[in-house]
Amino acid sequence: MTEEQIFEKVREIAADQLEVDQDDIKLTSNIKDDLDADSLDFFEIMNELEDAFDIKLESDEDVVTIDDVVKYVKKQLDNK
Amino acid sequence: MKKVKINQIASYVPAYTVSNDDLSQIMDTSDEWISTRTGIRERRISLNENTSVLCTKVAQQLIAKAQIPVDEIGLIIVATMSPDACTPSTAALVQGQIKAPNAIAFDISAACSGFIYGMEIAQKMMRMSDFKYAIVIGGEVLSKEVDWTDRTSAVLFGDGAAGALLEANNDVEAFTGTDLKTFGNLGDRLVAGETNPIGEFPPAQFTTFHPFKMDGRAVYKFATTEVPNSIERVCDQNHVSLNEVDYFILHQANIRIIKSIAKKLNQPLTKFPNNMERYGNTSAASVPLLLAEMRENGELHAGQTIILSGFGGGLTIGSQIIKL
Repeated sequence: MTEEQIFEKVREIAADQLEVDQDDIKLTSNIKDDLDADSLDFFEIMNELEDAFDIKLESDEDVVTIDDVVKYVKKQLDNK
Repeated sequence: MKKVKINQIASYVPAYTVSNDDLSQIMDTSDEWISTRTGIRERRISLNENTSVLCTKVAQQLIAKAQIPVDEIGLIIVATMSPDACTPSTAALVQGQIKAPNAIAFDISAACSGFIYGMEIAQKMMRMSDFKYAIVIGGEVLSKEVDWTDRTSAVLFGDGAAGALLEANNDVEAFTGTDLKTFGNLGDRLVAGETNPIGEFPPAQFTTFHPFKMDGRAVYKFATTEVPNSIERVCDQNHVSLNEVDYFILHQANIRIIKSIAKKLNQPLTKFPNNMERYGNTSAASVPLLLAEMRENGELHAGQTIILSGFGGGLTIGSQIIKL
């Protein structure tokens, strides 16, 4: 799976959870500061991604931007 | 086969109230942080009344409201994760206090699902015995199990008790269906009151009691995934559609969990009443505490279909369809 395809899914899940327009979610978006997500929003996004990709994602991984999420998902998919 | 109905519901909470602002005086937190992440604004804390005292006050109210002779009570179950002692059971202490000579009494440990597990045990025992009445109470003094220096868990919990008086009868059936499930492989995600073996003999010290520890994300995921699954299962198995349900009365752990569950079930949030704002997470007490409040406010009527759902330590889950 390409990073572009992963980004599409991350964007869809994050937009739904954070109730923002998908177009407002960019790779450079800071999840906390730009998208106004708190820790429980972050939990929910990571949980949905785990189910969507059938992978395990740790909460304490250094993830700040949407691009960090995409790269982390890619890493876990490659390690499957 | 005989039928079982809910005759009365009652609750009791200790008077002492601790607000989020009060907590911010003793730990690094704030009302804004707690309320946006949990929906909790204040909780009751029991300073001197132990769990059996709260539960006894509930039992006394149930008996007074129903005006029944205590010797017709055949069963008392207390669901609690914060009993007065390992033995005697909290239920036995209640039985002694209300002087119900014909009631057998025991506790069950199913944490925040405990009231639903207790209701299921009671209603099934009533059908196979000659008990006229049974009392099921969820009661907790969680404040004695909380690490009051741990801001990640201390802000969540509160004390209280509530319960139901069940009556065996020939006319009205309340229990339409129940789904219980236990996930013991996830037990270490939420632990309270853990004790350890002595390690050496003679032991160097008394065994110690460990306060709450919780993997917040794991429990959040469990609740938001497994509660919708459980509710859908119990509805499917009993041919009840989600749209027929008047209220989903869920364990009051966190408003964000309840919002997520409502969204996953595609049901309006107005069907998910809540009161954690004033009581916090009272574990086994939370579902009957909300039920008692709704009945007091005139929100529950004969003919309604409600679903009770508890979830928490064990990890356990329980969903029950009740026809009022």
